[in-house]
Amino acid sequence: MAKTDMKISVRNLHKKLGPRQVLRGIDLDVAKGQSLVVIGGSGSGKSVMLKCIIGLMKADKGEVVVDGRNIARHTEADRRFMTKQSGMLFQGSALFDSLRIWENVAFRLLHAEKSSRKAAQKKAMECLAQVGLAPEVGDLTPSELSGGMQKRVSLARAIASDPQILFFDEPTTGLDPIMADVINNLIVERVKALGATAISITHDMASARKIADEIAMLYQGCIIWRGKPDEIGNSDNPMVDQFVNGRAEGPITMSVKHV
Amino acid sequence: MNIFAATGNLTLDALRETGRVSIFAGQGALAWFSGPFYWRAFFGALVRIGFTSLPVVGLTAIFTGAALALNIYDGSLRFNAETFLPQILSVSIVRELGPVLAALMVAGRCSSAMAAEIGTMRVTEQVDAMSTLAVDPFKYLIAPRILATTLVLPLLVLTADIIGIYGGYLVSVYALDFAGPVYIQNISEFIEARDVVTGLIKAGVFGFLISVMGCYYGYTSSGGAQGVGSATRTAVVASAVVVLASNYLLTSLFVQV
Repeated sequence: MAKTDMKISVRNLHKKLGPRQVLRGIDLDVAKGQSLVVIGGSGSGKSVMLKCIIGLMKADKGEVVVDGRNIARHTEADRRFMTKQSGMLFQGSALFDSLRIWENVAFRLLHAEKSSRKAAQKKAMECLAQVGLAPEVGDLTPSELSGGMQKRVSLARAIASDPQILFFDEPTTGLDPIMADVINNLIVERVKALGATAISITHDMASARKIADEIAMLYQGCIIWRGKPDEIGNSDNPMVDQFVNGRAEGPITMSVKHV
Repeated sequence: MNIFAATGNLTLDALRETGRVSIFAGQGALAWFSGPFYWRAFFGALVRIGFTSLPVVGLTAIFTGAALALNIYDGSLRFNAETFLPQILSVSIVRELGPVLAALMVAGRCSSAMAAEIGTMRVTEQVDAMSTLAVDPFKYLIAPRILATTLVLPLLVLTADIIGIYGGYLVSVYALDFAGPVYIQNISEFIEARDVVTGLIKAGVFGFLISVMGCYYGYTSSGGAQGVGSATRTAVVASAVVVLASNYLLTSLFVQV
Protein backbone atom coordinates (compact mmCIF):
# COMPACT_ATOMS: atom_id res chain seq x y z
CA MET A 1 0.00 0.00 0.00
CA ALA A 2 1.35 3.43 -0.85
CA LYS A 3 2.52 5.48 2.11
CA THR A 4 0.04 8.26 1.26
CA ASP A 5 -2.89 5.88 1.95
CA MET A 6 -1.84 5.62 5.56
CA LYS A 7 -3.96 7.28 8.22
CA ILE A 8 -1.20 6.93 10.80
CA SER A 9 2.51 6.47 10.14
CA VAL A 10 5.01 6.11 12.96
CA ARG A 11 8.68 6.46 12.06
CA ASN A 12 11.72 5.70 14.21
CA LEU A 13 9.92 6.48 17.48
CA HIS A 14 12.17 6.60 20.54
CA LYS A 15 11.24 7.24 24.16
CA LYS A 16 13.27 7.01 27.34
CA LEU A 17 11.67 7.01 30.80
CA GLY A 18 14.27 7.71 33.47
CA PRO A 19 17.29 5.50 32.75
CA ARG A 20 15.23 2.99 30.72
CA GLN A 21 14.99 3.15 26.93
CA VAL A 22 11.35 2.07 26.44
CA LEU A 23 10.90 2.60 22.69
CA ARG A 24 13.83 1.89 20.37
CA GLY A 25 12.80 3.03 16.91
CA ILE A 26 9.26 1.93 16.22
CA ASP A 27 8.01 1.96 12.63
CA LEU A 28 4.31 1.39 12.12
CA ASP A 29 1.76 2.16 9.41
CA VAL A 30 -1.98 1.92 9.82
CA ALA A 31 -4.19 2.36 6.78
CA LYS A 32 -7.46 4.25 6.88
CA GLY A 33 -10.23 2.03 8.28
CA GLN A 34 -7.76 -0.64 9.43
CA SER A 35 -7.74 -2.14 12.92
CA LEU A 36 -4.22 -2.85 14.16
CA VAL A 37 -3.62 -4.67 17.43
CA VAL A 38 -0.22 -4.41 19.09
CA ILE A 39 0.55 -7.28 21.42
CA GLY A 40 3.42 -7.64 23.82
CA GLY A 41 4.32 -8.59 27.36
CA SER A 42 4.10 -6.37 30.40
CA GLY A 43 6.72 -3.64 30.26
CA SER A 44 7.35 -4.04 26.53
CA GLY A 45 6.40 -0.40 25.87
CA LYS A 46 2.87 -0.79 24.47
CA SER A 47 1.22 1.89 26.63
CA VAL A 48 4.10 4.33 26.14
CA MET A 49 3.86 3.84 22.38
CA LEU A 50 0.12 4.50 22.43
CA LYS A 51 0.55 7.61 24.59
CA CYS A 52 3.22 8.95 22.22
CA ILE A 53 0.92 8.39 19.23
CA ILE A 54 -2.12 10.05 20.81
CA GLY A 55 -0.03 12.94 22.14
CA LEU A 56 -0.22 12.30 25.88
CA MET A 57 3.57 11.85 25.93
CA LYS A 58 6.27 13.56 23.90
CA ALA A 59 8.59 11.20 22.02
CA ASP A 60 12.33 11.85 22.30
CA LYS A 61 12.90 11.17 18.60
CA GLY A 62 10.88 10.13 15.57
CA GLU A 63 7.72 11.07 13.75
CA VAL A 64 4.03 10.40 14.25
CA VAL A 65 2.30 11.38 11.02
CA VAL A 66 -1.49 11.55 11.03
CA ASP A 67 -3.19 12.54 7.77
CA GLY A 68 0.16 13.84 6.52
CA ARG A 69 0.82 16.03 9.57
CA ASN A 70 3.69 15.25 11.96
CA ILE A 71 2.27 15.63 15.46
CA ALA A 72 5.36 14.39 17.33
CA ARG A 73 6.50 17.99 17.94
CA HIS A 74 3.78 17.97 20.60
CA THR A 75 2.64 21.56 20.19
CA GLU A 76 -0.75 22.77 21.42
CA ALA A 77 -1.98 22.82 17.81
CA ASP A 78 -0.75 19.24 17.26
CA ARG A 79 -2.59 18.05 20.37
CA ARG A 80 -5.78 19.82 19.28
CA PHE A 81 -5.47 18.29 15.80
CA MET A 82 -5.16 14.80 17.27
CA THR A 83 -7.78 15.01 20.04
CA LYS A 84 -10.32 16.53 17.64
CA GLN A 85 -10.44 13.36 15.56
CA SER A 86 -9.67 10.62 18.07
CA GLY A 87 -11.22 8.79 21.00
CA MET A 88 -9.65 6.46 23.53
CA LEU A 89 -10.77 3.65 25.80
CA PHE A 90 -8.50 3.46 28.85
CA GLN A 91 -7.39 0.30 30.61
CA GLY A 92 -9.06 1.28 33.90
CA SER A 93 -11.95 3.00 32.07
CA ALA A 94 -10.87 6.38 33.59
CA LEU A 95 -14.44 7.58 34.10
CA PHE A 96 -14.86 10.83 36.03
CA ASP A 97 -16.09 9.79 39.50
CA SER A 98 -17.80 13.07 40.27
CA LEU A 99 -20.00 13.05 37.17
CA ARG A 100 -23.02 10.97 36.27
CA ILE A 101 -22.66 8.40 33.49
CA TRP A 102 -24.38 10.47 30.80
CA GLU A 103 -22.19 13.47 31.74
CA ASN A 104 -19.13 11.24 31.33
CA VAL A 105 -20.25 10.13 27.88
CA ALA A 106 -21.17 13.67 26.87
CA PHE A 107 -18.07 15.28 28.44
CA ARG A 108 -16.50 16.34 25.15
CA LEU A 109 -19.82 17.55 23.76
CA LEU A 110 -20.52 19.63 26.86
CA HIS A 111 -17.08 21.09 27.49
CA ALA A 112 -15.20 21.10 24.19
CA GLU A 113 -17.94 21.33 21.59
CA LYS A 114 -20.26 23.48 23.72
CA SER A 115 -23.42 21.53 22.92
CA SER A 116 -26.51 22.32 24.97
CA ARG A 117 -27.05 19.99 27.94
CA LYS A 118 -30.24 18.68 26.35
CA ALA A 119 -28.58 17.82 23.03
CA ALA A 120 -25.54 16.34 24.77
CA GLN A 121 -27.72 14.17 27.01
CA LYS A 122 -29.67 12.91 23.98
CA LYS A 123 -26.44 11.98 22.18
CA ALA A 124 -25.06 10.33 25.34
CA MET A 125 -28.18 8.17 25.64
CA GLU A 126 -27.83 7.12 21.99
CA CYS A 127 -24.21 6.11 22.59
CA LEU A 128 -25.13 4.19 25.73
CA ALA A 129 -27.77 2.32 23.74
CA GLN A 130 -25.15 1.50 21.06
CA VAL A 131 -23.03 -0.25 23.69
CA GLY A 132 -26.03 -2.09 25.08
CA LEU A 133 -26.70 -0.06 28.21
CA ALA A 134 -30.20 0.93 29.36
CA PRO A 135 -31.16 4.62 29.65
CA GLU A 136 -31.44 4.32 33.48
CA VAL A 137 -27.68 3.78 33.63
CA GLY A 138 -27.21 7.37 32.47
CA ASP A 139 -28.20 8.76 35.86
CA LEU A 140 -25.89 6.50 37.89
CA THR A 141 -22.32 7.30 38.92
CA PRO A 142 -19.26 5.23 37.83
CA SER A 143 -18.88 3.64 41.29
CA GLU A 144 -22.35 2.09 40.92
CA LEU A 145 -21.31 0.10 37.82
CA SER A 146 -19.46 -3.21 37.38
CA GLY A 147 -16.08 -3.31 35.60
CA GLY A 148 -17.68 -4.55 32.37
CA MET A 149 -20.29 -1.81 32.41
CA GLN A 150 -17.60 0.79 33.07
CA LYS A 151 -15.71 -0.43 29.98
CA ARG A 152 -18.88 -0.09 27.93
CA VAL A 153 -19.40 3.45 29.21
CA SER A 154 -15.78 4.23 28.40
CA LEU A 155 -16.36 2.91 24.87
CA ALA A 156 -19.53 5.01 24.58
CA ARG A 157 -17.53 8.08 25.67
CA ALA A 158 -14.81 7.33 23.12
CA ILE A 159 -17.29 7.10 20.21
CA ALA A 160 -19.57 9.97 21.29
CA SER A 161 -18.04 12.49 18.92
CA ASP A 162 -17.83 10.06 15.97
CA PRO A 163 -14.00 10.00 15.88
CA GLN A 164 -11.98 8.94 12.83
CA ILE A 165 -9.34 7.25 15.01
CA LEU A 166 -9.93 5.04 18.03
CA PHE A 167 -7.36 3.85 20.56
CA PHE A 168 -7.98 0.93 22.90
CA ASP A 169 -5.66 0.39 25.84
CA GLU A 170 -6.08 -3.18 27.15
CA PRO A 171 -9.85 -3.15 26.53
CA THR A 172 -10.54 -6.55 28.10
CA THR A 173 -8.13 -6.54 31.06
CA GLY A 174 -9.83 -7.56 34.29
CA LEU A 175 -13.00 -8.86 32.65
CA ASP A 176 -14.39 -12.39 32.67
CA PRO A 177 -14.15 -14.21 29.28
CA ILE A 178 -17.81 -13.67 28.41
CA MET A 179 -17.77 -9.95 29.19
CA ALA A 180 -14.42 -9.68 27.38
CA ASP A 181 -16.04 -11.17 24.28
CA VAL A 182 -18.98 -8.77 24.59
CA ILE A 183 -16.53 -5.84 24.67
CA ASN A 184 -14.60 -7.29 21.70
CA ASN A 185 -17.81 -7.59 19.68
CA LEU A 186 -18.79 -4.02 20.56
CA ILE A 187 -15.38 -2.74 19.52
CA VAL A 188 -15.55 -4.53 16.15
CA GLU A 189 -19.12 -3.35 15.57
CA ARG A 190 -18.51 0.30 16.54
CA VAL A 191 -15.19 0.61 14.66
CA LYS A 192 -16.87 -0.74 11.51
CA ALA A 193 -19.94 1.46 11.96
CA LEU A 194 -17.78 4.57 12.28
CA GLY A 195 -15.38 3.52 9.52
CA ALA A 196 -12.65 4.43 11.99
CA THR A 197 -8.98 3.55 12.05
CA ALA A 198 -8.14 1.71 15.28
CA ILE A 199 -5.01 0.92 17.24
CA SER A 200 -5.40 -1.40 20.21
CA ILE A 201 -2.85 -2.73 22.64
CA THR A 202 -3.44 -5.91 24.56
CA HIS A 203 -1.86 -9.10 25.79
CA ASP A 204 -5.16 -10.97 25.51
CA MET A 205 -4.73 -13.16 22.40
CA ALA A 206 -8.45 -13.95 22.09
CA SER A 207 -9.18 -10.23 22.02
CA ALA A 208 -6.36 -9.58 19.52
CA ARG A 209 -7.60 -12.28 17.12
CA LYS A 210 -11.14 -10.97 17.31
CA ILE A 211 -10.65 -7.24 16.79
CA ALA A 212 -7.55 -7.13 14.57
CA ASP A 213 -7.22 -6.79 10.82
CA GLU A 214 -3.50 -7.06 11.52
CA ILE A 215 -1.45 -7.89 14.59
CA ALA A 216 2.00 -6.52 15.42
CA MET A 217 4.18 -7.70 18.26
CA LEU A 218 6.26 -5.33 20.36
CA TYR A 219 9.29 -6.63 22.22
CA GLN A 220 11.86 -4.53 24.04
CA GLY A 221 10.66 -1.35 22.38
CA CYS A 222 10.73 -2.67 18.78
CA ILE A 223 8.13 -4.19 16.46
CA ILE A 224 9.45 -7.71 15.85
CA TRP A 225 6.60 -9.20 13.79
CA ARG A 226 3.50 -8.09 11.91
CA GLY A 227 0.88 -10.11 10.06
CA LYS A 228 -2.73 -11.23 9.74
CA PRO A 229 -4.45 -12.81 12.77
CA ASP A 230 -4.59 -16.21 11.04
CA GLU A 231 -0.84 -16.09 10.35
CA ILE A 232 0.23 -15.55 13.94
CA GLY A 233 0.13 -19.28 14.76
CA ASN A 234 2.73 -19.92 12.00
CA SER A 235 4.88 -16.86 12.40
CA ASP A 236 8.23 -18.72 12.39
CA ASN A 237 9.27 -16.26 15.04
CA PRO A 238 10.22 -18.01 18.31
CA MET A 239 9.34 -14.95 20.42
CA VAL A 240 5.90 -14.63 18.84
CA ASP A 241 5.33 -18.38 19.25
CA GLN A 242 6.29 -18.23 22.90
CA PHE A 243 3.99 -15.26 23.56
CA VAL A 244 1.01 -16.65 21.64
CA ASN A 245 1.27 -20.03 23.36
CA GLY A 246 1.96 -18.48 26.75
CA ARG A 247 5.09 -20.51 27.53
CA ALA A 248 7.50 -19.59 30.31
CA GLU A 249 10.37 -21.25 28.42
CA GLY A 250 11.74 -19.56 25.34
CA PRO A 251 13.75 -16.59 24.13
CA ILE A 252 11.61 -14.10 26.11
CA THR A 253 12.80 -14.24 29.69
CA MET A 254 11.11 -12.69 32.69
CA SER A 255 13.35 -11.97 35.64
CA VAL A 256 11.98 -13.84 38.65
CA LYS A 257 13.88 -13.72 41.91
CA HIS A 258 13.93 -17.10 43.68
CA VAL A 259 14.11 -17.04 47.46
CA MET B 1 28.91 12.38 50.02
CA ASN B 2 30.32 15.31 51.93
CA ILE B 3 28.14 17.79 53.77
CA PHE B 4 28.76 20.60 51.26
CA ALA B 5 27.66 18.47 48.32
CA ALA B 6 24.57 17.32 50.21
CA THR B 7 23.66 20.91 51.11
CA GLY B 8 24.25 22.01 47.55
CA ASN B 9 22.05 19.25 46.16
CA LEU B 10 19.28 20.07 48.62
CA THR B 11 19.47 23.75 47.67
CA LEU B 12 19.36 22.95 43.96
CA ASP B 13 16.37 20.62 44.48
CA ALA B 14 14.56 23.31 46.46
CA LEU B 15 15.25 25.91 43.76
CA ARG B 16 14.09 23.54 41.02
CA GLU B 17 10.87 22.78 42.91
CA THR B 18 10.27 26.49 43.55
CA GLY B 19 10.73 27.14 39.84
CA ARG B 20 8.29 24.38 38.90
CA VAL B 21 5.67 25.64 41.38
CA SER B 22 6.12 29.21 40.10
CA ILE B 23 5.63 28.15 36.48
CA PHE B 24 2.57 26.11 37.51
CA ALA B 25 1.15 29.12 39.39
CA GLY B 26 1.76 31.35 36.37
CA GLN B 27 0.05 28.88 34.04
CA GLY B 28 -2.86 28.63 36.48
CA ALA B 29 -3.30 32.40 36.52
CA LEU B 30 -2.90 32.72 32.73
CA ALA B 31 -5.56 30.07 32.18
CA TRP B 32 -8.16 32.48 33.67
CA PHE B 33 -7.72 34.80 30.73
CA SER B 34 -7.07 32.42 27.83
CA GLY B 35 -10.51 30.76 27.70
CA PRO B 36 -12.58 28.73 27.68
CA PHE B 37 -13.48 29.33 31.32
CA TYR B 38 -15.51 26.59 32.96
CA TRP B 39 -18.06 28.47 35.03
CA ARG B 40 -19.78 25.36 36.36
CA ALA B 41 -16.47 24.02 37.71
CA PHE B 42 -15.72 27.48 39.16
CA PHE B 43 -19.04 27.79 41.03
CA GLY B 44 -18.70 24.19 42.27
CA ALA B 45 -15.27 25.03 43.70
CA LEU B 46 -16.63 28.28 45.17
CA VAL B 47 -19.27 26.36 47.13
CA ARG B 48 -16.94 23.53 48.18
CA ILE B 49 -14.14 25.82 49.32
CA GLY B 50 -16.12 28.80 50.60
CA PHE B 51 -19.51 27.80 51.89
CA THR B 52 -18.53 24.44 53.39
CA SER B 53 -15.51 25.99 55.16
CA LEU B 54 -17.70 28.48 57.04
CA PRO B 55 -18.40 26.28 60.12
CA VAL B 56 -14.74 25.43 60.79
CA VAL B 57 -13.56 28.99 60.14
CA GLY B 58 -16.36 30.39 62.35
CA LEU B 59 -15.58 28.03 65.24
CA THR B 60 -11.87 28.79 65.01
CA ALA B 61 -12.55 32.52 65.01
CA ILE B 62 -14.99 32.59 67.93
CA PHE B 63 -12.76 30.55 70.26
CA THR B 64 -9.66 32.49 69.24
CA GLY B 65 -11.44 35.82 69.88
CA ALA B 66 -12.64 34.60 73.28
CA ALA B 67 -9.20 33.31 74.35
CA LEU B 68 -7.51 36.44 73.03
CA ALA B 69 -9.82 38.66 75.14
CA LEU B 70 -8.81 36.79 78.31
CA ASN B 71 -5.09 36.99 77.46
CA ILE B 72 -5.18 40.68 76.59
CA TYR B 73 -7.11 41.48 79.75
CA ASP B 74 -4.67 39.51 81.91
CA GLY B 75 -1.61 41.06 80.28
CA SER B 76 -2.86 44.64 80.13
CA LEU B 77 -3.91 44.57 83.80
CA ARG B 78 -0.19 44.63 84.68
CA PHE B 79 0.08 48.23 83.49
CA ASN B 80 -3.55 49.29 84.02
CA ALA B 81 -4.34 49.30 80.30
CA GLU B 82 -7.28 46.84 80.37
CA THR B 83 -9.64 49.42 78.90
CA PHE B 84 -7.78 49.08 75.60
CA LEU B 85 -8.82 45.43 75.30
CA PRO B 86 -11.36 46.00 72.46
CA GLN B 87 -8.88 48.00 70.39
CA ILE B 88 -5.99 45.54 70.81
CA LEU B 89 -8.24 42.56 70.20
CA SER B 90 -9.84 43.95 67.06
CA VAL B 91 -6.61 45.03 65.41
CA SER B 92 -4.99 41.66 66.23
CA ILE B 93 -7.86 39.81 64.66
CA VAL B 94 -8.40 41.83 61.49
CA ARG B 95 -4.72 42.27 60.69
CA GLU B 96 -3.21 39.00 61.77
CA LEU B 97 -5.23 36.24 63.37
CA GLY B 98 -8.28 36.33 61.11
CA PRO B 99 -6.34 35.96 57.84
CA VAL B 100 -3.74 33.51 59.16
CA LEU B 101 -6.09 31.21 61.06
CA ALA B 102 -8.72 31.14 58.31
CA ALA B 103 -5.98 30.43 55.76
CA LEU B 104 -4.54 27.60 57.87
CA MET B 105 -8.01 26.08 58.28
CA VAL B 106 -8.64 26.28 54.53
CA ALA B 107 -5.15 24.87 53.88
CA GLY B 108 -5.90 21.86 56.06
CA ARG B 109 -9.36 21.36 54.67
CA CYS B 110 -9.20 22.33 51.00
CA SER B 111 -5.55 22.12 49.93
CA SER B 112 -5.50 18.47 51.02
CA ALA B 113 -8.83 17.82 49.27
CA MET B 114 -7.55 19.38 46.03
CA ALA B 115 -4.34 17.34 46.14
CA ALA B 116 -6.23 14.11 46.88
CA GLU B 117 -8.90 14.69 44.24
CA ILE B 118 -6.61 15.79 41.42
CA GLY B 119 -3.96 13.24 42.47
CA THR B 120 -6.47 10.39 42.28
CA MET B 121 -7.60 11.64 38.88
CA ARG B 122 -3.96 11.69 37.77
CA VAL B 123 -3.08 8.15 38.88
CA THR B 124 -6.33 6.66 37.52
CA GLU B 125 -5.71 8.29 34.10
CA GLN B 126 -8.77 10.56 34.40
CA VAL B 127 -6.54 13.58 33.68
CA ASP B 128 -5.21 11.87 30.52
CA ALA B 129 -8.78 10.93 29.56
CA MET B 130 -9.76 14.60 29.86
CA SER B 131 -6.97 15.56 27.45
CA THR B 132 -8.13 12.97 24.91
CA LEU B 133 -11.62 14.48 25.13
CA ALA B 134 -10.24 17.81 23.90
CA VAL B 135 -10.58 19.50 27.31
CA ASP B 136 -7.45 21.07 28.80
CA PRO B 137 -7.18 19.71 32.39
CA PHE B 138 -5.38 22.89 33.39
CA LYS B 139 -8.38 24.98 32.43
CA TYR B 140 -11.01 22.57 33.75
CA LEU B 141 -9.37 21.39 36.99
CA ILE B 142 -6.74 23.92 38.02
CA ALA B 143 -7.79 27.43 36.95
CA PRO B 144 -11.32 27.34 38.50
CA ARG B 145 -9.98 26.06 41.84
CA ILE B 146 -7.23 28.68 42.06
CA LEU B 147 -9.57 31.55 41.16
CA ALA B 148 -12.31 30.33 43.52
CA THR B 149 -9.93 30.04 46.49
CA THR B 150 -8.34 33.43 45.75
CA LEU B 151 -11.74 35.13 45.67
CA VAL B 152 -13.45 33.26 48.49
CA LEU B 153 -10.76 33.44 51.17
CA PRO B 154 -11.13 37.22 51.69
CA LEU B 155 -14.87 36.65 52.26
CA LEU B 156 -14.11 33.89 54.75
CA VAL B 157 -11.61 36.16 56.51
CA LEU B 158 -14.14 38.99 56.71
CA THR B 159 -16.57 36.54 58.33
CA ALA B 160 -13.82 35.29 60.65
CA ASP B 161 -13.01 38.91 61.65
CA ILE B 162 -16.62 39.60 62.64
CA ILE B 163 -17.05 36.29 64.49
CA GLY B 164 -13.66 36.64 66.23
CA ILE B 165 -14.50 40.12 67.48
CA TYR B 166 -17.88 38.79 68.60
CA GLY B 167 -16.06 36.00 70.53
CA GLY B 168 -14.05 38.72 72.30
CA TYR B 169 -17.27 40.64 72.95
CA LEU B 170 -18.90 37.64 74.66
CA VAL B 171 -15.96 37.17 77.05
CA SER B 172 -15.49 40.91 77.64
CA VAL B 173 -19.13 41.57 78.43
CA TYR B 174 -20.15 38.37 80.24
CA ALA B 175 -16.88 37.45 82.01
CA LEU B 176 -14.91 40.69 82.32
CA ASP B 177 -17.80 43.13 82.97
CA PHE B 178 -17.22 45.41 79.99
CA ALA B 179 -20.21 47.42 78.83
CA GLY B 180 -21.38 46.06 75.47
CA PRO B 181 -21.99 49.44 73.74
CA VAL B 182 -18.62 50.75 74.94
CA TYR B 183 -16.83 47.65 73.54
CA ILE B 184 -18.43 48.21 70.14
CA GLN B 185 -17.88 51.97 70.19
CA ASN B 186 -14.19 51.60 71.08
CA ILE B 187 -13.65 49.22 68.19
CA SER B 188 -15.56 51.28 65.64
CA GLU B 189 -13.66 54.43 66.61
CA PHE B 190 -10.26 52.75 66.66
CA ILE B 191 -10.22 50.37 63.73
CA GLU B 192 -9.26 51.90 60.36
CA ALA B 193 -10.18 50.78 56.87
CA ARG B 194 -6.55 49.95 56.11
CA ASP B 195 -6.48 47.45 59.02
CA VAL B 196 -9.30 45.49 57.41
CA VAL B 197 -8.11 45.93 53.83
CA THR B 198 -4.57 44.71 54.53
CA GLY B 199 -6.07 41.60 56.13
CA LEU B 200 -8.22 41.00 53.08
CA ILE B 201 -5.30 41.49 50.68
CA LYS B 202 -3.33 38.95 52.71
CA ALA B 203 -6.30 36.58 52.47
CA GLY B 204 -6.37 36.84 48.67
CA VAL B 205 -2.64 36.06 48.47
CA PHE B 206 -3.02 33.16 50.92
CA GLY B 207 -5.94 31.78 48.89
CA PHE B 208 -3.88 31.85 45.71
CA LEU B 209 -0.89 30.14 47.36
CA ILE B 210 -2.95 27.47 49.14
CA SER B 211 -4.77 26.45 45.97
CA VAL B 212 -1.56 26.45 43.91
CA MET B 213 0.03 24.07 46.43
CA GLY B 214 -2.99 21.75 46.53
CA CYS B 215 -3.34 21.66 42.76
CA TYR B 216 0.40 21.39 42.04
CA TYR B 217 1.07 18.44 44.33
CA GLY B 218 -2.09 16.68 43.14
CA TYR B 219 -1.37 17.31 39.45
CA THR B 220 2.20 16.04 39.71
CA SER B 221 1.47 13.03 41.92
CA SER B 222 2.32 9.53 40.74
CA GLY B 223 2.58 5.97 41.99
CA GLY B 224 -0.92 5.03 43.14
CA ALA B 225 -2.42 5.40 46.61
CA GLN B 226 0.92 5.99 48.30
CA GLY B 227 1.77 8.75 45.82
CA VAL B 228 -1.58 10.46 46.36
CA GLY B 229 -1.16 10.20 50.16
CA SER B 230 2.28 11.72 49.92
CA ALA B 231 1.01 14.51 47.62
CA THR B 232 -1.78 15.32 50.07
CA ARG B 233 0.58 15.50 53.05
CA THR B 234 3.08 17.64 51.17
CA ALA B 235 0.34 19.98 49.95
CA VAL B 236 -0.88 20.68 53.49
CA VAL B 237 2.60 21.22 54.92
CA ALA B 238 3.70 23.40 51.98
CA SER B 239 0.47 25.44 52.17
CA ALA B 240 0.92 26.12 55.88
CA VAL B 241 4.56 27.10 55.42
CA VAL B 242 3.90 29.47 52.51
CA VAL B 243 0.99 31.06 54.39
CA LEU B 244 3.16 31.79 57.44
CA ALA B 245 6.19 32.92 55.41
CA SER B 246 4.18 35.15 53.07
CA ASN B 247 2.32 36.55 56.08
CA TYR B 248 5.59 37.91 57.45
CA LEU B 249 6.58 39.35 54.06
CA LEU B 250 3.21 41.00 53.53
CA THR B 251 3.12 42.36 57.08
CA SER B 252 6.56 43.89 56.62
CA LEU B 253 5.28 45.53 53.45
CA PHE B 254 2.15 46.94 55.10
CA VAL B 255 3.67 48.01 58.41
CA GLN B 256 6.02 50.95 57.97
CA VAL B 257 8.41 50.86 60.92
